[in-house]
Amino acid sequence: MKNGWNGKVLRVNLSTRTCAIEDLNMAWAREYLGGRGLGSKYLTEEVAPETDPLSPDNKLILVTGPLTGTYGAANGRYMAVTKSPLTGTIASSNSGGYFPNELKFAGFDLVIIEGKADRPVYLKIHNQRAEVADATHLWGKSTNETEDMILREFHADAKVACIGPAGEKLVRFACIVNDKHRAAGRSGVGAVMGSKYLKAVAVRGTGGVGVADAPAFREAARETFRMLRSHPVTAEGLPALGTAVLMNVINQSGALPTRNFQSGTFEGAEEISGERLAQTYLKRNKGCMGCVIGCGRVTALSDPRWSGNGEGPEYETLWALGAACGIADLAAITKANYLCNEYGMDTITAGSTVACAMELYQQGLVTEAETGIPLTFGSGEALVRMFELIGTGEGFGARLGLGSWGLAESYGVPELSMTVKKLEFPAYDGRGIQGMALEYATSNRGACHVRGYMVSPEILGVPEKLDPQVTEGKAGWTKAFQDFTAVVDSAGICLFTTFAIGAPQVTNLLNTATGLNLSQDQVLAAGERVWNLERVFNLKAGISPSQDTLPPRLLQEPLPDGPMKGEVAKLGAMLPDYYRVRGWDEGGVPTAEKLATLGLV
Amino acid sequence: MEKLIRIEPSKCIGCKSCELACSFKHRGEFAPSKARIVNAVFVEEAQFITVTCMQCDEPWCLKACPKGAIAKDAATGVVTVDELKCVGCRTCVSACPFGMIKYLPETRKADKCTLCAPDVPECVIFCPTHCLTFSEEDTPLRGKVMRFVQTMKEGQGEV
Repeated sequence: MKNGWNGKVLRVNLSTRTCAIEDLNMAWAREYLGGRGLGSKYLTEEVAPETDPLSPDNKLILVTGPLTGTYGAANGRYMAVTKSPLTGTIASSNSGGYFPNELKFAGFDLVIIEGKADRPVYLKIHNQRAEVADATHLWGKSTNETEDMILREFHADAKVACIGPAGEKLVRFACIVNDKHRAAGRSGVGAVMGSKYLKAVAVRGTGGVGVADAPAFREAARETFRMLRSHPVTAEGLPALGTAVLMNVINQSGALPTRNFQSGTFEGAEEISGERLAQTYLKRNKGCMGCVIGCGRVTALSDPRWSGNGEGPEYETLWALGAACGIADLAAITKANYLCNEYGMDTITAGSTVACAMELYQQGLVTEAETGIPLTFGSGEALVRMFELIGTGEGFGARLGLGSWGLAESYGVPELSMTVKKLEFPAYDGRGIQGMALEYATSNRGACHVRGYMVSPEILGVPEKLDPQVTEGKAGWTKAFQDFTAVVDSAGICLFTTFAIGAPQVTNLLNTATGLNLSQDQVLAAGERVWNLERVFNLKAGISPSQDTLPPRLLQEPLPDGPMKGEVAKLGAMLPDYYRVRGWDEGGVPTAEKLATLGLV
Repeated sequence: MEKLIRIEPSKCIGCKSCELACSFKHRGEFAPSKARIVNAVFVEEAQFITVTCMQCDEPWCLKACPKGAIAKDAATGVVTVDELKCVGCRTCVSACPFGMIKYLPETRKADKCTLCAPDVPECVIFCPTHCLTFSEEDTPLRGKVMRFVQTMKEGQGEV
């Protein structure tokens, strides 16, 4: 086909070791586009909401978008869609690199993995040939070693997505690492892979991705290219300093969560900033395939205590491993970041879980007898040691591997877990950015910044500046950001492009690629459809609207310092309004009318 | 003077937009395996390398072709394959020491970079960082010379 999609699905049953090629359901593709939307549609059709996430009945869907594999808007993205073992919600974890494109070049739009192997295996895809191969020799290996071994034995030009030891040990926040340094990070999608004894997916594709109207698509891509190359965030901030350009910005806003959200400013922010990284370990900038931005940081660590090389740390990582733990030791953070990639675990949840453990230690609930090392806020050595324990599942690491909710609950203090729906917050304090508080409370995968990045208007002033402490109108903004983000996540392009491009450009790219003639409203409706589909799945999975909330610390404990001193998250002032603009009833349940409008009944 | 694709590896971000743009223009689809330009990524060494045909003054491919199907334009310097004369024997593929001419199964002809003549090379247009430029002057070389000059200048200031 020449319309962005390949029109092919690879279905792999690990229990029977069979691979089958199916036609893509084009009706679903037109309604849900691809990526997060299409993956969620397949998942919700095929997996019962009450399914145990780590059972063979859960499925793992690796899904690209119609724009994945093309150019102009950082189009090297895919989604890992499954039911999360960390939260019990629907999970869609995004990653970029070269693996997503290779899946398209091999001729597939998505891979559905079901069942469970009886011993370690990996999936080999060479164009339209796929086989389930033995992976006994790969089990226990780091993500780096795994990829190197697969490239040697399968194909030097293959692209690999795999789990590390954390995924094998079912660490609830294990991620899937592709191209060695990129991760489908959040919600524990790597643990689902581990539960199926699936070590890796390796792809070699020599085909191509066609589009419906080549000259028009090229023009659309030229437009996005020019916009991305001229916007201050995508052409200057992100290339110069990577995502860590945010460290000083957010700290100065008074919304940098510090020491497990005990405060909103970090005295060591400068030491862990993008500026400092550029002065120390940064080797060069890197993009994913088809990227116009190049926010990736290729780094090499040289420190008397540790060495290594790879990509990152990114902003969220610098925060979770840094400010959240009170750590201003960039070498320790960089080392711990490499460990996360090699063990295959989400840096945000890993860092936040250690931050939670540090507060438990501070309160005397956790002792050195358990941890083997003083778990004091600020200790880089303790951070690195804890990550080693989590990755290998040894000692105290087994408890940390449950995530901060599981950890704090086991000590009887779940309120010290800085989570929504059991997913740890990223690097913005909702008390300092009210729209983010609402986004966290309502995101379908828990406390997540990349479902509706209200930081953009509230802090960065893109597309226009909003007062971060005003609650009025934030519901509408949050809904608009959430719906548009769902489109971007489904199209197969990078979320960072949306600093510079908007719905008109994404609509244009989608139409010229797919041959559809969608209006901008129809495209945004697709995003709203995805949002409601996820919501309905979560409700059926037992995630009640009462969980659209925040930890007591954010709702009741005012920020003690900084420009946002005295503020709490004013969720109560926004949530009813949010339900209303969503077309849901007062209890947060989508109305039959809304679902009918979206074609969801 | 002849214009060439000039490559400044230090500016590359490994995005392979060059491969995507090349294959889309010449093959009608985004297919890096069919691109005439190659972008290789070595993250561990922090090196990204881009290679394409340099339109040799004395092309091995041209000399090797038994059908006289390969010519070098006297004015532009571009080395092209005449598809009407090419019989798909792949002698040129063997002859090129750089692997920059290949056989395409779908056309059954030899295929190589033509600098997109008479247009500006598509890879240059879609390179986001100006790692690739299209110019008569060897700008990356000039950049290196000027860095060396700067070093010498600073050294003189010390004396």
